[in-house]
Amino acid sequence: MAPLLDVRDLKTHFHTDDGIVHAVDGVTFSVEQGKTLGIVGESGSGKSVTCLTIMGLNSRRTTVTSGEALWKGEDLVQMSPRRLRDIRGNEIAMIFQDPMTSLNPVHTIGRQLVEAIKLHREVSTRNARARSLELLKAVGIPRAERRVDDYPHQFSGGMRQRVMIAMALVNDPDLLIADEPTTALDVTTQAQILDLMARLQREFGSAIILITHDLGVVAEVADEVVVMYAAQIAERGPVERIFNRPHHPYTWGLLGSLPRLDADLERLVQIPGQPPSLLNPPRGCRFHPRCSYVMNVCRTENPPLEPVSDDPGHLQACHLDEATKDREAEKLLAVTMAKAD
Amino acid sequence: MIAVTMVTYVIFFMVPANPARQAAGQAATPERVAEVEERLGLNDPVYIQYARFMKTLVVDRSLGYSFVNRRPVNDEIFAAAPVTASLVFGGMFFVLLIAIPIGIISALRPRSLIDRAAMIYVLIGISLPSFWIALVLAYFIGFKLELTPLAQYCEVFSPPHASGCGGLRDWAYHMILPWLTLSIVVAGTYVRFIRAEVLETMSQDYVRTARAKGAPERVVMKDHILRNGMLPIVTMLGMDIGLLLGGAIFIEFVFALPGLGRTAIEAIGTFDLPKLQGVVIFGAFAIIVLNLIVDLFYAWIDPRIRLT
Repeated sequence: MAPLLDVRDLKTHFHTDDGIVHAVDGVTFSVEQGKTLGIVGESGSGKSVTCLTIMGLNSRRTTVTSGEALWKGEDLVQMSPRRLRDIRGNEIAMIFQDPMTSLNPVHTIGRQLVEAIKLHREVSTRNARARSLELLKAVGIPRAERRVDDYPHQFSGGMRQRVMIAMALVNDPDLLIADEPTTALDVTTQAQILDLMARLQREFGSAIILITHDLGVVAEVADEVVVMYAAQIAERGPVERIFNRPHHPYTWGLLGSLPRLDADLERLVQIPGQPPSLLNPPRGCRFHPRCSYVMNVCRTENPPLEPVSDDPGHLQACHLDEATKDREAEKLLAVTMAKAD
Repeated sequence: MIAVTMVTYVIFFMVPANPARQAAGQAATPERVAEVEERLGLNDPVYIQYARFMKTLVVDRSLGYSFVNRRPVNDEIFAAAPVTASLVFGGMFFVLLIAIPIGIISALRPRSLIDRAAMIYVLIGISLPSFWIALVLAYFIGFKLELTPLAQYCEVFSPPHASGCGGLRDWAYHMILPWLTLSIVVAGTYVRFIRAEVLETMSQDYVRTARAKGAPERVVMKDHILRNGMLPIVTMLGMDIGLLLGGAIFIEFVFALPGLGRTAIEAIGTFDLPKLQGVVIFGAFAIIVLNLIVDLFYAWIDPRIRLT
């Protein structure tokens, strides 16, 4: 079966006063129906921009996009704004990072949910309202009948994110893009929201793209993982491969920097240096200035994203030979005790 | 309000002039002047005069009588206020009519030709004095092209038959130039302000949410951007209307409109304290009322301000 969303060599460039920022530079991945794709990476690695590009939400004035994002066979990148609007909020919905600012402060949440429905369906306000209530209950808003006429500022952060999720799901989308949905929330609320999303995914059968920098979250909920570094994909594959047999030094760095409760480490392992500027990315492999395995070829040639020889579903972009990678991965896992298990 | 009346009194008595001499007329003898002084109560100390003034204001709800023509100041204010109100509310209507579309278009296409043209207009509007614009408009549109009357005011209601003008049409016809002047002068600031406000609101997260829901740009602008950007604009509008109601002096003067601004100038010229005090109090009152209205508007616009 063809994937729901098939992104091929997607590039997004922003024209700024300082020059062209290559925010997304040749990203390829796909999302299957009902599955969860996790996109991980540091801040500024292009995770969010990738998804905003898929949704067509970048400013048209300053953005140049190329490549393809096939949605059920239709290219979202080339699509007319009108057709794109039909899909947005209807077939593909999005949840944003900061629930405190993502709801319009001057309208009641009921009105905002009803608006989301009526933009795509010819229904009466009464029916739209009933549907909104149903969703608010589904996401666990207590006393939803009363709270539907409240304003966003009368809700807590976690409750607002629930409202956002309800709003994203009112039209029963096939794909839900969640851009760091739990980053702005406290830890217990984070777990609740993630559980909620997992439960709703089972109920509604939507596919999910989960953008996060929290590897723990990815290990828990994702089927596939894309690791992004400096606007490109460093490694991509099914979740258990990424966690059990990571093949990119950057992924090693990410896994190595996870805090652990069972070992008494002096301090967390960190990846040295800063993520590169996307205005002027380093030549060769973009990770080479921070990589402890750097070789001469890394400084001149950007490694292509290639499948691991005995595992075609697992792709990685690194010049190191596979024996070394397997050995290093083993070593790392011995230390971190295989997080995904 | 009390502070306003006090300040007016103090400033008035610092001016070394004799209102009685003015009131008594050119040819008055010193005895006559003294008599007038006595009658107007000008010989009493300042604080007694002030107390007397406040007493009539509070007890009789009266602003007293003009020094010069002995007419009740209340009547003068009530005659002048509608003229100024016509000018201000009509003018501000045109201001918004001009500024909202231009402001939005400039914000949507920053650095475009339209935006640059709008910004040049803003600069001109802010820089040029209102009386100059008034005179230029009167000269070209009123005098050369003879499209509008040069000056004078016509009553909307109860047309005075003697002067041969009155009714809604004549009123609007005579107000065109003053409105135009006011809107040219004031709209610049508003264009700039609305542009900045829309630009700022446009980058808010909830605007992105609205787009992500699939809302067309028109809905995004109307329900999400403008609705949120309105708050500061309403504030500014309220303050400006209040300020202008105290008398748009230059415009009223050039177009010979018998409004509050003109009344104030006359009062100053003749050292007519009660009349001047009346205009000042009315102006302060207008500002207070307008601010109250703005505050009420706030609650309607922004639920966060509502008391729970």
